[in-house]
Amino acid sequence: MDTMIKTPVADSAPRIARERPLKIKARNVDVYYGEKHAINDLSIDIPDSAVSAFIGPSGCGKSTFLRSINRMNDTIPSCRVTGNIEIDGRDIYDRTLDVVQLRARIGMVFQKPNPFPKSIYENVAYGPRIHGFARNKTDLEEIVVTSLKKAGLFEEVKDRLDHSGTSLSGGQQQRLCIARAIAVNPEVILMDEPCSALDPIATARIEELIDELRQNFCIVIVTHSMQQAARVSQLTAFFHLGNLVEVGDTDDIFTAPKDKRTQDYITGRFG
Amino acid sequence: MTDTAISAAPRRVSDNAALVAKRYRSERRFKLYGIAAIAVTAVFLVLLFADILVKGLPAFFEHRMMLPVSVSQEAIDPQNSKDPKIIRTGDFDGPIRESFRAMFPDVTSRGDRKKLLGLLSSGAADDFRAMVVNNPSLIGTDAKVPVLLSDDADQYLKGRQTGVAKIAGQGTITASADGEKFKLVTDKTPVLTAGDIVRLNGGAFRVVSADNGAYLAEQVTAPKSLDPANAGAWDIVRFTVTEHNRRIDDQEALWLEQLKEKGVAENGIAWRFFSSGDSREPELAGIRGALTGSILTLLVTLFLCLPIGVAAAIYLEEFAPKNRLTQLIEVNINNLAAVPSIVFGLLGLAMFLNFFGLPRSAPLVGGLVLALLVLPTIIIASRAALRAVPPSIKEAALGVGASHQQAIFHHVLPLAMPGIMTGTIIGMAHALGETAPLLMIGMVAFIVDIPGGFTDAATALPIQIYLWSDLPEIAFQSKTAGAIIVLLVFLFVMNAAAILLRKRFERRW
Ligand SMILES: Nc1ncnc2c1ncn2[C@@H]1O[C@H](COP(=O)(O)OP(=O)(O)O)[C@@H](O)[C@H]1O
Ligand SMILES: [Mg+2]
Repeated sequence: MDTMIKTPVADSAPRIARERPLKIKARNVDVYYGEKHAINDLSIDIPDSAVSAFIGPSGCGKSTFLRSINRMNDTIPSCRVTGNIEIDGRDIYDRTLDVVQLRARIGMVFQKPNPFPKSIYENVAYGPRIHGFARNKTDLEEIVVTSLKKAGLFEEVKDRLDHSGTSLSGGQQQRLCIARAIAVNPEVILMDEPCSALDPIATARIEELIDELRQNFCIVIVTHSMQQAARVSQLTAFFHLGNLVEVGDTDDIFTAPKDKRTQDYITGRFG
Repeated sequence: MTDTAISAAPRRVSDNAALVAKRYRSERRFKLYGIAAIAVTAVFLVLLFADILVKGLPAFFEHRMMLPVSVSQEAIDPQNSKDPKIIRTGDFDGPIRESFRAMFPDVTSRGDRKKLLGLLSSGAADDFRAMVVNNPSLIGTDAKVPVLLSDDADQYLKGRQTGVAKIAGQGTITASADGEKFKLVTDKTPVLTAGDIVRLNGGAFRVVSADNGAYLAEQVTAPKSLDPANAGAWDIVRFTVTEHNRRIDDQEALWLEQLKEKGVAENGIAWRFFSSGDSREPELAGIRGALTGSILTLLVTLFLCLPIGVAAAIYLEEFAPKNRLTQLIEVNINNLAAVPSIVFGLLGLAMFLNFFGLPRSAPLVGGLVLALLVLPTIIIASRAALRAVPPSIKEAALGVGASHQQAIFHHVLPLAMPGIMTGTIIGMAHALGETAPLLMIGMVAFIVDIPGGFTDAATALPIQIYLWSDLPEIAFQSKTAGAIIVLLVFLFVMNAAAILLRKRFERRW
């Protein structure tokens, strides 16, 4: 069946994609906002247990595609997605699939840290609670603590779990959002420019964290910063005007881009 | 651009001093207009409030006399049954009248005595009755009983009928009969003018003419004798409003002056203004009935409006498809908010009374009509509050796998709640002050009883104000202003609550 669809040919597929199991498979995806064609015939394979970075000038459709992966685009009435996106071989736009369940399996971290205006504890506990993960209070507490620890935030907030999540600094807020996302134990974590609102030190901490999380999650990160993509990702996809121009191992993309547009963008000629 | 434009001398912003000066002048002028507008508004507001306060504050006080009354066993409970039912039927009028008359032993003629008793409120005996029923041990003793004065007497003592000045007499004065009238002669410089009352030897004369030191006067109260009165033994009472321009005549005024001089009349807080319903007697009328009516009405309104309004707002804002139909609904909700309130009254009359046959004058119907009126306000405010919650909060909830409804009820609605409450309180305040639609459904009526339920006949506070403002007695005008003060206090408190709520919970994210 794969051979019917134009895909990156197996041999020329990025090394990382060959080494790791396939997690997300997109084929001939088009996304429209009303009349606007935001994503044009996109196909990509995203490997598990690795960080994949989407780069490209702003407005090229990185966020749009990212939001198609957890069907967050469903909340935009004018938005229409065609084509095929599979996670672990299951079509996520299948009518019988429950969106809410899907989103629980795919965590998302947004550009601007958006903790709930509730306590730090509540922020992390909310997801597990609505999904009935914890049998009792101690269970829930344990989930919260491990999630905060995984997000590298626990040491900083352990004495004030009852403080409002919004009282934290920007970087801490973003790590809280990551903790909130991993508390429901997702398989995929989508991050839409998670560091664009943060200072360099906070950014460095998040990058470290992403590198650690890579062991257990399939991470897709949209970023504006090519250095960031180079630092944290193993796979890089370059978007331009709604087209996926080039996908490859991060090392290859940054050292030997095949496409002229990729080269121009990487060398800072536009963007 | 053409070459000339490029080659023209470059202009600097600071070049044109006249332009700058003009701009400053214009700014100053605009500021002045603004200040003037605010000043005018402030002046009107201050005048309005001052007027209402001056007129209305006396309504919270009433004059009563502490009279010693013998609570006789025979008149009240001859069998000594101690049964409240029997005590209630006792004669409480008589003892009070007797005690009051005892203060004026000189008043003997039938007509004068009737007039004297007219100074008492018709409710005085009821107060006394309630006092004895609540405390039967008073029977057989002499009790100090607060006796309420009539509205006119009360108004006089509050100085709202006429100003009054008392001037001690200088030198000796002699009154001598001169036909029907009396001649007054003083040995000091003349001080009397026509209309003055001269009190001497226990009697009183009203000066009718004062020509060239010869005073002609008519008798108001008969004196004990016509002996000359020395300085200090007579005085002049001068009213600023002539007798036929006030509701208390000279004789009654003199009795009230005597009460004042004896120190039996006291001005106390009129709790009955808050504790009793409407009455034909101004001194007995209170706002409790109207206030209860208003509260019952608003309860109905609140219980209908809040759930329906919030549900409608959530549906329109979060769930409704954006199509022609929902657009039409939106536009019409906004239109509904602009419909004159009397139209809602007519609708209520046609629908609730004539079609559904609900009772007239009932808070239930009033509440239904006001709910129609307030609903658009609450929907609009709630939608604005929901829209003001950043979408990122909802996305965060959806991102961890909350359903749309969970995201809204767990996160968006709590954050929108202060805004919704603010809108609701403002809507309720609006409903509290609303009069016209309630007139249409018959909530305008003289209702003495305090309404006890949602289907009892009732009025509302603004309607009570409207009803009282129409009555001729000055005491009712005072009550009108007093009721307005109460209404305004409620409105201010509600608006302050709305503002506090907004301030307190503003932007928590
Ligand atoms: N909600 C929306 N409605 C209409 N057009 C949108 C919407 N969101 C994004 N777009 C358009 O889709 C294109 C891709 O946007 P986006 O995915 O946000 O770009 P990126 O994240 O790469 O900067 C842009 O041209 C943008 O204007
Ligand atoms: Mg984006």
